This record gives sequence, C-alpha cells and structure tokens, in this order.
Amino acid sequence: MSIVGKSEIRVDAYDKATGRTKYYEDRMPQDALYVRIKHSTIAHGYVKSVDTSAAEAIPGVVRVLTCFDVPEHPFPTAGHPWSMDPGHQDVADRHLLNRHVRYYGDDVAVVIAENEVAAMQGVRGLQVEYEELPFVLDVQKAMEPDAPQLHEGCPGNILKHTDMRKGNYAEAIQEPGLIKVEGWYETPTVQHCHIENHGCYAYEENGRIVVVSSTQIPHIIRRVVGQALGRPWADIHVIKPYIGGGFGNKQDALYEPLCAWCSTMVGGRCVRVDCSREETFVSNRVRHAIRFHIITWIRKDGFLAARKIECFSNQGAYASHGHSIVAKGMGSFAQIYPCDHVEADAWTVYTNRPVGGAMRGYGMPQATFADEANIDECAAAVGMDPLAYRMKFIMPQGYHDAFSGNTNYYDSFRECLDKGKAYIDYDRKKAEFAKDTGPIRRGIGVAAFWYNTAVYPISLETSSNRMQLNLDGTVTMQCGETEIGQGADTAFAQMTAEVMGLKSYRDVHVVSCQDTDITPTGLGAYASRQTYVAGFAIKKTGRLLKEKILDYACEVTRQSVDNMDIQEGNIVRKRDGKVLMSLSELAMTAQYNPVHSEHLTAESTYTIRNNAYSFGCTFAEVEVDIPMCKVTLKDIINVHDCGELINPALAEAQVHGGMSMGIGYGLSEQLLFDEKTGKPLNNNLLDYKLSTFMDHPHLEAQFVENPEPTSPFGTKSLGEPPACSPAPAIRSAIYNATGVSLDVAPMTPHVLYRAFKDAGLIQD
Amino acid sequence: MYDMKALYQAESVQDAVALRLAHPEAQIIAGGSDVLVQMREGKRAGKELISIQRLDELRGVSLEEDGTLRIGSLTSFSHITRDPLIQKYINVLGEAVDQVGGPQIRNIGTIGGNTCNGVTSADSASTLHAWDAVVELTGPEGKRLQPIRDFYIKAGKVDIREGELQTAILIPKESYDRCFGHYIKYAMRSAMDIATLGTSVNVRLSPDGKTVERARVAFGVAGPVPLRAETAEKLAAGQPVSLDLAEAFAQAVKEDINPRDSWRAARDFRMHIAVESAKRAFIESVKLAGGEL
Repeated sequence: MSIVGKSEIRVDAYDKATGRTKYYEDRMPQDALYVRIKHSTIAHGYVKSVDTSAAEAIPGVVRVLTCFDVPEHPFPTAGHPWSMDPGHQDVADRHLLNRHVRYYGDDVAVVIAENEVAAMQGVRGLQVEYEELPFVLDVQKAMEPDAPQLHEGCPGNILKHTDMRKGNYAEAIQEPGLIKVEGWYETPTVQHCHIENHGCYAYEENGRIVVVSSTQIPHIIRRVVGQALGRPWADIHVIKPYIGGGFGNKQDALYEPLCAWCSTMVGGRCVRVDCSREETFVSNRVRHAIRFHIITWIRKDGFLAARKIECFSNQGAYASHGHSIVAKGMGSFAQIYPCDHVEADAWTVYTNRPVGGAMRGYGMPQATFADEANIDECAAAVGMDPLAYRMKFIMPQGYHDAFSGNTNYYDSFRECLDKGKAYIDYDRKKAEFAKDTGPIRRGIGVAAFWYNTAVYPISLETSSNRMQLNLDGTVTMQCGETEIGQGADTAFAQMTAEVMGLKSYRDVHVVSCQDTDITPTGLGAYASRQTYVAGFAIKKTGRLLKEKILDYACEVTRQSVDNMDIQEGNIVRKRDGKVLMSLSELAMTAQYNPVHSEHLTAESTYTIRNNAYSFGCTFAEVEVDIPMCKVTLKDIINVHDCGELINPALAEAQVHGGMSMGIGYGLSEQLLFDEKTGKPLNNNLLDYKLSTFMDHPHLEAQFVENPEPTSPFGTKSLGEPPACSPAPAIRSAIYNATGVSLDVAPMTPHVLYRAFKDAGLIQD
Repeated sequence: MYDMKALYQAESVQDAVALRLAHPEAQIIAGGSDVLVQMREGKRAGKELISIQRLDELRGVSLEEDGTLRIGSLTSFSHITRDPLIQKYINVLGEAVDQVGGPQIRNIGTIGGNTCNGVTSADSASTLHAWDAVVELTGPEGKRLQPIRDFYIKAGKVDIREGELQTAILIPKESYDRCFGHYIKYAMRSAMDIATLGTSVNVRLSPDGKTVERARVAFGVAGPVPLRAETAEKLAAGQPVSLDLAEAFAQAVKEDINPRDSWRAARDFRMHIAVESAKRAFIESVKLAGGEL
C-alpha cells in the first residue's frame, strides 16, 4: 500500500482554513423565516394554555404554533438503522411540541417570524400556563415506587432493564479467603460542545419537503422526519452540508422534524431553526450520567473470582438512544478483565432532565471510569502496583467474545501499556513521586479501555458506494458515511485512490455533501465505524469499477484483461510494466467513442457482518496542590491499537481531541441542575467548564499498528476510543499522589475539598 | 441581530453626559463584552444604548502632577497589562486584568466596564479595593471623586448618579508608593473563567524589609461586593515579617469575609480557599517587596 498510511493534508483543509466551506447557514435562502422555540420553565407538568395574542401582535411575527397544534402520534429520534423487527425499533415517545412537559427546557411552542428579533420578542411574549407536577432528577430516586411517573407504561420510570449472567456469582463468592472490593461510582451529565450548534432549514418543493441540516445521519433523518410528519419517507429530501462537529449529538433527529413541520404550516415557505448554545446544552442531547455499583471478589494474588455490577443510567425525559448506551457499558466489564462469574444489571431510567443520547464513547467513558477505579482499588487491596495488576489480568491474546465475534488477535493491551509506560517513565517517576509528602504532591496513573468498532451484531451494518471515472482520469466517489470534521473524506480519498491504483488521493473527489435523492443509502457517522465500514464498500466498488475500466481497455488495447492493471493512474501491462494508456485517455475514448460510448461507473453495497476490538490506554501525570484542592495535569499519553493507520496525522488529531474531551470529563465538565426547580444552572460555555488548552499539557498520541484481519485496510475504531480512558487515568494519578480514592467524576476542586477534608489532608 | 431600541453615539464626555440626561433609561456601552451578552440573553433586550466607544480621551494611563496614577475608564485590559506606568507602580493590577476571559475579551473589555458592572467577581475589583482606588465620575456638575469602596453599593449596583459616567480610576501616590502586591484568581479552569474567589494582597515593608508597615487585602466573591479584610490588615501592621505572621494574617481574614453558598461554590470551600490564598498572596507580596521569609 502506498497512498494509505501517509499523513496527507485533509481534502477540505484549504477551504476550512480560509473560511470558504459552506455550512448550513451559508446555504440559507435569504427569505427564510425564523423559528424560535418557547421552552418550558418547569421541570414537569402539563401545559394548560398558551396565550399567543401578545406574540401575534408583534410586527414581523408570521405564525405562532403551540403544543395544541401538533400531530397526535409520537415518533422516535435515535439515529439507529431502521430495524425490520418491531421489537428492536426505537421507542417512539416524542411529539413535535409537548403538552406534557418533562424537563426544564422542553419544547412548548414556536414563533415563526420574518426576523430573529421579532421571533425572540414573540417567544418572550408567550404566556404559558402550567399545571405543575412533582419532578425527579436522580436516577435511583426515579425508580422508587412513589416517584413521579414520566411516561405511561414505564413503571418505576424504567425504560428498560437488561442483565447479564455468566457462571455462578452466588456460588463463586463462597470461596474462602476472597477479598471484597466494593464501590459506588458516579459519572456526570456532560454535553458534546461541538463548535457548530445544531440548526436546519426546510421548505417544500414540488410536493416534497427539503430539509438541509447540520446532522451526522442524513438518511436516518429522512426516515424520522417522515415518521414524525406522517408522510412517506420518500417525500422527505435531506441534504447534509459540511458540519462543525457532532460527537453524537447530531446522531439524533434534533429539530429537523419540527422545522419540516413548521414549513408545512406556513405554506411550504423556507423556515430555519438555529439552536443557541444555551439551547444546545439543554434541549438537544447530553451524555448519560450513569451510576455504578461494583462488587469485585478477588483472591490474595489479585485474581478476579467474581464480579457484580449494577448500572443506573439517567435517561432524562425522552428515550432517544435509550438503553443501548448503558447496555454497551455493562457489556464491557466481563471482557476487559475476564472473569468467569459475573452478574450484571443495567437500568435505563426516565428522569426530568435533558435527554441522554449518543455521545462519543457511547457508554464506555462512563463504564471505563467506574471499572478502572474499581480495578485500581483491587490492586491496592492486594498491595499491587496498578500497572502490574493490569498487565497480569487484562484481556489476554486470543480472547474471543462469542456475541460480537471479536477476537483479540495480538497482545495489544500489553503492547499499548508497555509503550505508555516507557513514554511516561513510569517506574522512575513513581519512585520519585513517592517521596512527596508536602502540600504539593505528584502522582502517576494508568487506565485502559477496549472498544468495539461498529454496531454489528446489535444493528445492521451496511455501506453503499458509488464511483465514477471522470474524463481527466480522476475518480468521483460518493458514500453515505459522513464527514463531520473527523477527516473521513480524506481517509476515503486515500482508500479509493489505493484501490483504484491512482497516482494520488488528490485524484479522488469525494462528494462530501450527502443528499438523500442522490447519495447511495448509508447510515451516516456514528460509533467509530466510518473508516472501517466504508472500507468494505470502497474495496468492493473499486474492484467493480476497475473491472469495467479494464474490460473497456481490452477493447482498445487488445491486451487480455488478466494481463492489465491500473497503476499510478495508468493502464499498464502487468508482465513488463509498460504503460498502455492513461486513465484519462481511456475515459475520453470510452465517453466519445462513436461506436461504443460508455460512462464508466460502479456502485455496490456491502453488508458487514463482523466487528473489531480496538484497544488502548492512558497514562497521566498530575501535580496536586492539596491546600488549594487543585489538580494540574503535567503530562498525558494515549496509546491506541486501532489497526493500521490510514492517515497518521489525522489519527493523531483524532486522539488529541478525544483526550481533551476525556480531560474535561475527568476534571471539570458537568451540567448542573437546581434541585428545587430542575432548572439547568450552567448551560453556557462560561459556567460549564469545558477545558481550555491552557488546562492541557502536551497531548502525546502513540500507536500500536496491529493490522485488523477483518478489515480490507487493516483498520479499526479510533473515533471514540480516545475519550474513554483519560478520566480514570487522572483519577488513578490523584490516588497515587494523595492516597485519596475518588469515586466521582469530574474531580473538581469542590470534590477534592470534601475528599481531602475527610482524609484529614486539610483542616479549616 | 441584537434587540436594541436605539444606539446613541457619544462624541465627547460632555455629549455623553447630555445623552445620559436625555435618555435616563439608556445603558452605557463601552467594550460591549457584558452588555451585548446580556442583550442577547434577553435581559437587556429592547433597551437604548449610549456608546462611549469613541471617547479616546478616556483611554490610557498617565501620571498626574501630584503623582496620582490615572487610568482612563475606557482603557482595555490588554493596554493596562502592557502599560509601563502600571508595570512600574501597580504591576499586580496588570497581572489581575490579564486573567480576564481570553485575549479577545481583554482587547475589548475596559476597566470602567469591569467596575461599573458592580459584580464581585470582576478581576480588577479586588486589586482596586486593596489599593484604595478612587473612582472619578463626570456629570452635569463636573467631576466627582469617590473611594471605590463607597462606589459599590450592592451586587450589581454602583453609585453612578443622574447624567454621570465613570471617566477614570485614580490610584493616589500614597497608596502605591513602595507597595508591592500579588493577586490570586481562583477559578475552575486556567482561562475563560470567572473567579470563584479573587484575592489581592499588597504590603509596604520597612526600609530594612523586616517589618510590615502596612498590609492590605481585598477579596472578590467573598461577599456581595468586593471587600477588605481589615482585621487581618490591623493584625499585620507593624509586625515583623515571618511565616507565622503570614499564617495569622491569613486566618484573620475569616473575621471579615462572608462568602455565600451557591451552586458555583460552597461557603466553607470559599472560606478555605480565601485563607490559603491570603497566605500565599501575602508571602508573595512580601517577597516582591524585598522581604525575606
């Protein structure tokens, strides 16, 4: 391979750096009407009435629509592939606007106006009368018998409960001499904080509805808008332009259904919905806060004899991606540190909080924080070094998971841990830091994770692809896997050029904009699957196109197809390497041949029926200022085995972003709510402490490139994995520095103050 | 698009005063880093604004004949930090305002706006309190001088009267002469944040560096408005420089501060940080003043 594996410049780099790239707002028709949303100012209750008279009197206001105007039927929003099995379809519990409001920030009404000021004045002018109901914010309190009920048919507010039983836990814990290591671990509600807030616009055209949206999943949005409006799916035409990030928030139908419906209510005029940052925090999606209860029974040598895990996932007000997140997290426990006797339960529970949806890592940052914290405590319980403990008990080479079909083909974990250990200078620093006894103490920590790549076998995995040979010998490629800032288009260009035998990835034009009328049907950007799944269809389609090209070349050159290949953009004779003609000559000949004109194009779909393990770890070095209750991250490294790298520079950038997200998750980020009202307290970028680059040290990213045997390009997931292990590694480092074992993320100064006080490290 | 009823552009201080009298409900806007944010949030939606943005006479730092340091109210944080007079006489102020927001905010945000907001967390406020700054207000009757401690009335409310605007912040010579100070901004991240607690300490030592002649300490977010901890100041005055004194000084701040419990931080946590910050800022100030500890 010569094109894949190089740090090529992104195909969209110049336009993005010079501000030319067109996002949804840049394509906005000038006459678009503004839709602005009235959000509920109570956490739970019923809208009794909405007085729209003042709003309607404002000059520029075109129409006011309320929760009493919307279609009666509910619809689902999760960006999952459609399932032909009704039992596996997403929960439909949403309306376009809600009479029964279930969180502070729920959507009650909209004002449609000629300009934004009039729309906002209209929203402020709406008088909403509520019948208030008690609300519940805490996941376990929501499960109590007398808790307020959010949805019919969900007793105890339990959206779903699943369990996992392996071996015999009850029997296994009877073994004499076992040590019990028990803990409760708490992870926070955080938000994606992508740069571009979600927004969209919609209008009617020839009896159909066009929706242009900042989304990760255009084809799924078409289906959800159709469901929400009660229209045939093919009536909906979705266009996805460049977007400024998503991290999973836009793997959900956000305001596309509402926007499309609003257009139909104003005669098909173009209407726009643009979320503010404040709305993005509250009325889009958040990462599920999950509480874990872990009991691990270990032998004196540290061996994990049995484990019991309970996971309580705070779903918030609506189902969205629902139980799949915590189910994924729960599934990780029995695999990373293999254990023969596991009893695990997971509950996804409705509460009166913003809706939990997909977010980079999909349950794994939560599970990894809890599991790695507990594993650190297991190591401490038997007096072992946390790294040595992991080296001894972490998933061995050859481990096979029957459900996913995943195999650990190499000893990836230990290779990653060795690499991280060397970079951070683990042994020397650990010995040196152990001497710190003053107010400022240093520490070093480690955490590991595993991750799946795609969603098989839980959901469909499919990729479709179209390629066409252009007259200049370049190739245009289209697929349903979307560019959302991660660099997918560049990886696709490299892979296509490789398969097609082109000279450079610059000879591939990836159609970045997905249009459901044109683009081969695909599932969009989610999980960490784009490069992996697109790779199958790129290979398949590339082969088809190559075959057609060589067939045509046979007509022109009279050489046997078997004796020809495409190399460096030329048709060459295999035997002696002689250049027979360039691809451009061939394309021109084929197109303008008066006897046999042919437009050379290929299209195919590949159904992927396997998945792939991705592995890695984080090492963190911290300095803890005990009296000031502050942690300074001094150094951090992530090591990943994500298979062979398609583009090392992009891979490194992907890791940097994930590490930054993981650092915020560990140290500062958390969406807070007023206990008395359920109101979000810090839904803005000042009060929500997204970490800044001033809070980061150098971010080191290293790789172990063990080729993934199932992938045509030897690659596997890297999109989400980097966000999984930084937080528990930081926790481990704080533990090492201070001896204080924290069980809650983020580990803010508020948390450290209480913990240090309890530990007697500070006095007032 | 901002929901703004009208914007009046002042061309001179007199013009601004006239506009203030003509439009008493209007809000003064300087850099706009607070006012426009509030307008966007709907808090000041539909309001009239008087812009003083063009009043270059209110920009810059100068030394008056009697040695008073004069900081024009429209001077941006970036300019204050880089100003040679500030660096020479009250460097801690430059360091404090260099911790506001990020570079863009520091380029547009002004010290006048920072103080007229009346918020306790303003990064300039605790240092200006600790250095006994005097606020100059210009109104229909001319200029009026007011010690900064009296300028702050309550949270979000300062003493700006009908027709007035703040035109300068003054630091008298007696206040800065031979004084050295240190500011600790305690925040939840290292940039783009507001202070959970702001602590500004300054000391004047005896010529031999062994005795504290005067120590002053002020806090932001330790009460509804910035405040001085006088018990600690009295305790330190005239005492020999020592680490024990730093500790006693720090403990004594608890007598005067009154932080509240809020979702941003608990009272006991703020008290704890105030003591630790006072100690560290005191030690740092003494070192800057040439004292040995």
